[in-house]
Amino acid sequence: MKVLVTGICGKLGRLTALKLLQHGYEVIGIDRRPWPEAPEAIELVQADIRKRPAEDVFRTHRPDAAIHMATVTHLVHQSPDRMRVNLYGTRAFIHHCNSYGVKQAVFAGRHTFYGAAADSPLYHTEEEPPMAAHTFPELADLVAADLYAASSLWRYPEIATSVLRIVYTLGPSKHGTLAAFLRGPTVPLIMGFDPLFHFIHEEDAAEAIVTALAHKLHGIFNVSGPSPVPLSTIVRAAGRRPLAMPATVFKLGLGRLGLPHIPSGAIDHLKYPIVVDSDAFRHATRYTYAYDERETIDSFRTAR
Amino acid sequence: MFDKLLPIDPEVAARIEALDLEFNKFGVDPYGIDKNDLTRFLSAFAWIYRYYFKVDAYGLDHVPSQGRGILVGNHSGGIAIDAAMVMGSMLLDAKRPRLPHAMIDKFIHKFPGASQVMSRMGQFTGNPDQAIRLLKAERLLLAFPEGARGTAKLAKDADSLVGFGTGFIRLALETKSPIVPFGFVGGGDALPTIANLKWLGRLFGVPYVPVTKWILLVPKPTRFQLLYGQPMYFEGTGHERDEVVNAMVDQVKERIRDLIRQGRQLREKEISEEELVL
Repeated sequence: MKVLVTGICGKLGRLTALKLLQHGYEVIGIDRRPWPEAPEAIELVQADIRKRPAEDVFRTHRPDAAIHMATVTHLVHQSPDRMRVNLYGTRAFIHHCNSYGVKQAVFAGRHTFYGAAADSPLYHTEEEPPMAAHTFPELADLVAADLYAASSLWRYPEIATSVLRIVYTLGPSKHGTLAAFLRGPTVPLIMGFDPLFHFIHEEDAAEAIVTALAHKLHGIFNVSGPSPVPLSTIVRAAGRRPLAMPATVFKLGLGRLGLPHIPSGAIDHLKYPIVVDSDAFRHATRYTYAYDERETIDSFRTAR
Repeated sequence: MFDKLLPIDPEVAARIEALDLEFNKFGVDPYGIDKNDLTRFLSAFAWIYRYYFKVDAYGLDHVPSQGRGILVGNHSGGIAIDAAMVMGSMLLDAKRPRLPHAMIDKFIHKFPGASQVMSRMGQFTGNPDQAIRLLKAERLLLAFPEGARGTAKLAKDADSLVGFGTGFIRLALETKSPIVPFGFVGGGDALPTIANLKWLGRLFGVPYVPVTKWILLVPKPTRFQLLYGQPMYFEGTGHERDEVVNAMVDQVKERIRDLIRQGRQLREKEISEEELVL
């Protein structure tokens, strides 16, 4: 079975591609970025998902399935380009899947879709509306891409589409939103708040994506690993020093004084939890994670 | 959170061990309850519960020792001392300790500190999705259907009841949970409020700021009566018309009114413990 992966050169894209190979799939990848040490078995095309050469890959290879991971998620990337990649890229992906007879599509999205608020329930289920666009406008394009991908569930019902809302990934690659936040020796926290954070080992996340493909899932599914852990506990377990500061000081210092460059909307994500209920995914696939909460953090902490 | 501040009371630690909760490798349950924080916090609170205040709890056996249930009672006394005392009686006095999840007002999680403590103790902003999930997970809920209007009662009205919300009945019906009514007496004596400043409350983002006889918001040492009644079971789906639900709410309200009345008589030593009808 031939699987096309967009955004294959990202950390999660690479892990997913390797897992696909292990499971005996034929893998074709599209990305703007290079992957110099990619296995020879993977056919790589350096192209932008929105451009003609990417469409040619769909046309000539006629993949049976496609996984869309070509979304820009770093919050530092605050250009209009980011929004175009996320929205027009998703549109092109769905359009090509439909035009070139792709039978299965997987959209790898994120659990931050639900947003963080003082009064939201702790475990979010798939039917809940996105509050992130309101509390955190910088995430609006990712929320829109998620909803747009989900619209293909009714627009192209003959394609088995699954939209995955995956919790923060963490692991030896040290890539991803949570890893970036934990980068320095001292990690700033908001005083008086300590939200639960939901995370999954990056290998487990890649395995979940392959699992969704193997089960021909059709629908929207939250994907999580072990039960959530308070942020300050994660920071300490990762060998970092937590530094709690009042929210007002934190806001003033963003991007200065060694504080990360994050939009002020992200502060709510450091005050309130985003935790998801992934029972539907587990029931549909019998998926289980391999790395528990401590092993996942240790793999991040001890990585070189 | 309290590692350097609060010492552990071994008796309290044993009761936390006996809780029906599953902790992960970091000592945190799936709802964010932190075993270590809870033990330290409760060790300090146990002293306040036993020596600063004194709670005469009756009918503790009416609370299911396992499985879902909703504790429903009257609110009074400016700030939610009653909620803390119910927590104390469940954690420290019940034969088998239980940690009730109070459905707290939404302003609380907006406050630094309060949010962190409440999160680690399993206390969530009250909302139906959260409540249903906890009940289906066989947890015990604590609800005050009077809400902030209840705590806002001035001392002279402390034993009265104001309007009840209906959400708790719909939750009970939908999840087939028993309701355990309770009456709490003494809230108005611990913190006798003479006025509530709404304008000052708006400034701080709280419903109101209570003013006591002695101005300060410090409760005086008080003996409370806490009476748990027999569990009440209602049949239905939770999607009944308001009239149907209101009739059930009234039954619970009457029961609570009766428990408060008996608690008051007990407090005034007009009846003895043997005469209680719970």
